[in-house]
Order: sequence, then C-alpha cells, then structure tokens
Amino acid sequence: MKIAVIQFPGSNCDLDTVYVLRHVINVDAELVWHREFKADAYDAVVLPGGFSYGDALRAGVIAAYSPAMKHVKEMAREGKPVLGICNGFQILVEAGLLPGALLRNVTLTFICKWVYLKLENDRTAFTWKGRRGQVLKMPIAHNEGCYFNDEKGLRELHDNGQVVFRYSNARGEVVPEANPNGSLDNIAGICNLEGNVLGLMPHPERASEPILSGNGSHDGRIIFESMVEFLRGEAVATAR
Amino acid sequence: MGTYVLEVVIENKPTARDPEGETILRDLMHRNGFEMVRNVRTGKYLRIEVEAGSSEEAREIVFRMCNDLRIFNPVIHACSIKEAGRK
Repeated sequence: MKIAVIQFPGSNCDLDTVYVLRHVINVDAELVWHREFKADAYDAVVLPGGFSYGDALRAGVIAAYSPAMKHVKEMAREGKPVLGICNGFQILVEAGLLPGALLRNVTLTFICKWVYLKLENDRTAFTWKGRRGQVLKMPIAHNEGCYFNDEKGLRELHDNGQVVFRYSNARGEVVPEANPNGSLDNIAGICNLEGNVLGLMPHPERASEPILSGNGSHDGRIIFESMVEFLRGEAVATAR
Repeated sequence: MGTYVLEVVIENKPTARDPEGETILRDLMHRNGFEMVRNVRTGKYLRIEVEAGSSEEAREIVFRMCNDLRIFNPVIHACSIKEAGRK
C-alpha cells in the first residue's frame, strides 16, 4: 500500500503530512512533485496544506489545473481515498471534486488557532473509526476557509450526509460562537457522495502526536488511521 | 442630487512587476492552452456609489477621496476612475 502526498509550488504542510503517515501511522507514504504524479502508482492521495502558487487569482485555482488533478480525478472515480487538507480542500473545490466555494474569512484575518469539530458523518473512508457526534480537537490556519454554497447545494449536502465536520464548542454544540470564519452552518469539512473524497480546513497532521500538539490532542489520527485501515479492507462500516 | 456610480481600478504602475499577474499568465493560462495571451495585470476594483449634484462633481469627489484617503499608493500604483452611470 502506498500513499502519495502531492507537492505543488507553495505547498508547506506536505512534509508534515508525509512524516505523520510514515512515522505515526506507519504506512508507506511518498512526497510527489505535482508534475510527476501518476494515479496508478498509489492507493490513496493527500493534497496538503499551504499556499499553492501563492494563492494567485484564488486559493487553489491554479493547482486545480495542474496535470496531477486529472490523475486525482481518476483516483476519485475509482473509489480510492482522496484527502484535501486546508489548501488541499480549496484545490478539491476549485477542481470540482467537491461542491461549493471557500471564501475569505468573514473576519478578514488569517486565523490560526485550535478548534473543536463535531463529527457528523462516521461512514466515510476517513472517519469510520470515529463515531457520529464525537468532538475532535484540531488546529486551523487559513485565510480563505469560509465555506459557501447556494441554498440548494447546501440542502443537498445535508440531505446526502456530505457534511462531515462542523465547528462546535467543547461539548459538541454547533453554535455561532464556535464558528471561526463565517462558514455556512459551521461547515469545516465535506465529502463527495461516495465518501471517498474528503476536504477539510483543519489540519489533522498537526494534531497527530500529543508532544507536537501541545495540548495532548492526537485526534487528527482518526482521519489517517481510518483511511489506511479502509485501504487494508478493515472497514466494517464502509463508505456510503 | 443623484446617485452616481464610479469604478475605481488600482493596479501596479507599468514599471512595477506584478507577480500575481505573472503567475496567472504563466502557470494557469500558458500551461493550459492559452499561449496567445500576452500579458496579465491584476488589480483591485472598487465600485463606489456617491451622492452628488452632477457626474463631474461625483468624479471630483471620488478623485479627491482616492488621494486624501490613500485609496492607492502613488509610489507604486496607477489609479483610474471611470464613470459607470447613475443609479
């Protein structure tokens, strides 16, 4: 089993993600330059955080036109896990693999802090090791994380169970005060209909080892462990 | 009195580089089949509605405001003001 972490010009959470996969989750992971990425060589792919192409025009839009994204789309079609973290989420949205848009934070500021997330869907390739309603602690660090969709699109997301993470307080209550960036319905992460493509603004790779998180959290592991064990065929509750 | 609409575009002076425009040109357009595009300059766009007695007065107000409030930085930016009719 081999997992690719794609590096675009301006990616900066790529090495952290490779490190967590290799040394915390203990799986074969490789950093791949976006121009060299091929779908058939990997079982899953992660689009890491950062500022691809310096966020020129819109965060993620230029990377969405990289030849690598044709391969990512092919993997998504084949049902392989595709994970987009932060800028990776923005790229997935700009590439049309996930619906909606990520706008500038309503605060008009870059926000870097720890947040609580309520797990809303525990039937995806990335969350089946968690349980619905569980509260996870992870950091966010972004300028454009305000999730937007039109009324119809938003209703479809909810109806289809595609809302995977929502910003909440420590008790798991999804309240306006827990919304850091103005995202509609406190949305922090969504998946495709099949549950094999996930995009989220929080950084699970920065919450995978207590010694690095500084507050004891290793909640981010759930995402990587779910993905890896899903690939090993250990998923009991498979993606919808 | 009436409400006049004015469009203000702020971009880097032609002598200053525009790295964002260069990135869009090189990595998005040229790499994806639009090699015929020769140049891209990015900027900031402000659509301003202002109460004034005439279009000349509206333009004068916006011109003065752009200078007084440092809407653009004269060292590096070129600022153009275009009338876009009455509301």
